[in-house]
Amino acid sequence: MTTYLASLQTSLHNAFEADARVVLLGEDVLDPYGGAFKVSKGLSTDFPNRVMTTPISEGAITGVAAGMAMRGMKPVVEIMFGDFLTLCADQIVNHIAKFRGMFNDQVRVPCVIRTPMGGGRGYGATHSQSLEKMFLGTPEIRIVAPSHAHDPGEMLAKAVLQAEEPILFLENKLLYPMSLAESEGAINVEYWDKESGYPTAIVRNHSLTAADVTVVSYGGMSRVILPLLEELAEEEISVTAAFPGSLQPLPIDSLIMAASESGRVVIAEEGTEAFGWGSEVSALLGEHLYGKLEAPIVRLAAKSRVIPAAEAGEEDALVQATNIEDAIMGLLV
Amino acid sequence: MRNNTAEIVDIAAQRASNISRLKRFYSEMILIRTVEQTLLDLFSEGLLRGTVHTCLGQEASAAGVINALDKDRDIVCSNHRGHGHYLAYCADVEGLIAEVMGLPQGVCGGIGGSQHLHRKNFYSNGILGGMSPIATGFATAEKSKNSGAVTVVFHGDGAMAEGAIYESFNLAALWQLPILFAVESNKYAQSTRIESEIAGSFLGRAEAFGLTAAEVDGNDVLAVNDAATEIVSNIRTGKGPAMLVLDTYRMGPHSKGDDDRNPQEIESHRDNCPITRTRTQLDADWCDETKLAATAKVDAVVNTLKASRGRTD
Repeated sequence: MTTYLASLQTSLHNAFEADARVVLLGEDVLDPYGGAFKVSKGLSTDFPNRVMTTPISEGAITGVAAGMAMRGMKPVVEIMFGDFLTLCADQIVNHIAKFRGMFNDQVRVPCVIRTPMGGGRGYGATHSQSLEKMFLGTPEIRIVAPSHAHDPGEMLAKAVLQAEEPILFLENKLLYPMSLAESEGAINVEYWDKESGYPTAIVRNHSLTAADVTVVSYGGMSRVILPLLEELAEEEISVTAAFPGSLQPLPIDSLIMAASESGRVVIAEEGTEAFGWGSEVSALLGEHLYGKLEAPIVRLAAKSRVIPAAEAGEEDALVQATNIEDAIMGLLV
Repeated sequence: MRNNTAEIVDIAAQRASNISRLKRFYSEMILIRTVEQTLLDLFSEGLLRGTVHTCLGQEASAAGVINALDKDRDIVCSNHRGHGHYLAYCADVEGLIAEVMGLPQGVCGGIGGSQHLHRKNFYSNGILGGMSPIATGFATAEKSKNSGAVTVVFHGDGAMAEGAIYESFNLAALWQLPILFAVESNKYAQSTRIESEIAGSFLGRAEAFGLTAAEVDGNDVLAVNDAATEIVSNIRTGKGPAMLVLDTYRMGPHSKGDDDRNPQEIESHRDNCPITRTRTQLDADWCDETKLAATAKVDAVVNTLKASRGRTD
C-alpha cells in the first residue's frame, strides 16, 4: 500500500521525467538527505541539475521560483515547515498573487510552493502550526491540501505539470507515513470535483442516501476522522465526511451537497478557529442552507493559544478524535 | 609620427561617437523629463488618481543603464520610480501615460497603474526590494536556458535596507547568475536622508557577498553608459553578478507635493542635473529643438488620451 509520502515522491519523479522544465528548489533537498521530510529523496540523484539546494532564504527562493515560472519553467519550491511561510508572505501576496492580474493577464506564474503543515510531533509553537488562514482569502492563488483519502501525488502532478496558476500545496507532517485510504469494510471513498484535478474526497461509513451527520474537514484531519468513522459505523451512526482537495477556491457546491445528506454539520480543522477556513465554510453553508439545517453548525479547531511542545498540552490544543465524536454525538441528542 | 596621427584619428572618432551617444541619451532623457512633468501636471488637473513617483533628476541612470542592454533579450526589473526605466526600455509614451491615467490603452489596461508596468521583458512592482528575488529567478531561468540574457534590477538607496535584497545577493553570487543590481542612490528614502537609512557602504555590502561592484557619477550619462556597458558585457560572458551604484539626486518630490526639503538644498543640485550637464556638451539649438519635439510628442499623446475619455483642454 502506497504511503502519502511515497505517492508524493513518485509523483515528483514522474513530473521530472515528463517535463524538462520542472525543477525543485529548497533547503536540504539534495541526497542523501532528500529534504527534511524526505519528499525529494532520490530526486537529486536522478536529476542532478534540476534539484537546487538553497540557503536558508525562504522569501528569496519563493521569489526565485516565481521568476523562473514567469520565464517558462515549472518550479517547485519546498518550504521546510509551513510555519516558515510567514517569511515568504511578501513574495506570495504582493508578487506571485499579483503579477497576472496587475499585468492585465499578460503573464502566468505557474509555480508550486510545497510545505508541510500541522502538529502532533512535539515541535512546539513555531514548527507545528497550520497557517493557511494567512493566505486564504488572498485572490489569485490556489491553495491545495490533500488528505490521506486523496491521491496526493496525482494532485501534485496536476499542480506541477498542468496548472497555469500559482499553487500553495499543503502537505501534512503526520500523514507522510500513512497508507492512503481506500474503500474497505465500512468505509467507502468516492471523489467529486475530479475535473478540477483537486477532488473533494467523500468518505462515508454507510451506504445510505442520508446520513446522521456531515463532517467537513481537510488535510491532516483525515488521520483522526477516518478511524472515527469506522468506530461510529459499529455504533450505526452514519457519517459523511467531505475533504475538499482545494481549500481555495472552495468547491462549495460539493460541500452543500455533502451537508445536505444530513442537515447536521461539524467543521473540523487543525488551524485556530477565529477568522479561519472553518469560519468561511460555516458562513457559506449557513447562507446556502438557511432554514434547511437541523441544528446550528458546530466548528472545531485548535485553541487560540500557542501549541505547547509538551505532549499533553499539544493534544489539548489541537482537535482530537474525541472532540469530533463529542460534537457528532451532541448533534444527535 | 604615424602613432600620433592614429591617436588623433582615434580621439576624433571617439569624440564623434560620444556626441552621437549624447544626442541619443539627451533625446531619451528629455522625453522622460517631459513625461514625468506632464504626469505631475495631469495629477494637478485631477486626471490621475493614486500616485506617481517621478524620476526628475535621475534620467541618466535610466538612459545610461538600459541602453547598455540588448533590449531584445535582456530583462529589466524596476520599482515604484520606474517610468524612466520603462521609457528608456521601450519609449512607449502612450502606453505609460494611459496606464497611469487608468485607461484601457495603458500597457496593462489601466489595472497596473504607475508602479506596476509590464511589457515584453520589463516588469515593475511597487514593493521595495521585492523584485530582487524575482529578478534572481529570471536570471536563474535564463542561465539554465543558456539564453545569454542579462537581468537588471533597479533599487533606490531606500530599498537597500530591505532584507530580500541581501538574500538575493547571496543567491546570485552562489549561483554566479547573470544579474546586475543597479542602485540608484538619490539620497532620499521618501523623506528620510540616506545618512539615517544606510550604514556602511553599498560597495562594502557588494564586496561582502563577492559581487563585482562599481560606483559611478549617476548624473553623467556617458559615464553611466560606459560603466554599465562594461559590467553587462562581463556578466554576459559569465563573470558573475555585479552591482552598479549610481550617485544621483532626486530633484522632485517623493511622489506629488510631499517635499519638505530645504529649497536651497534642491537648488544647489540644479546645475548637476543630468539633462543640464548633457546640454552643455551639445549644440543648444539642437537641444531646444529636441525638447520641443518631445513636448509636442507628449502633448499629442495626452490630447488623444484626454479625448478618448471625453475631456480636452
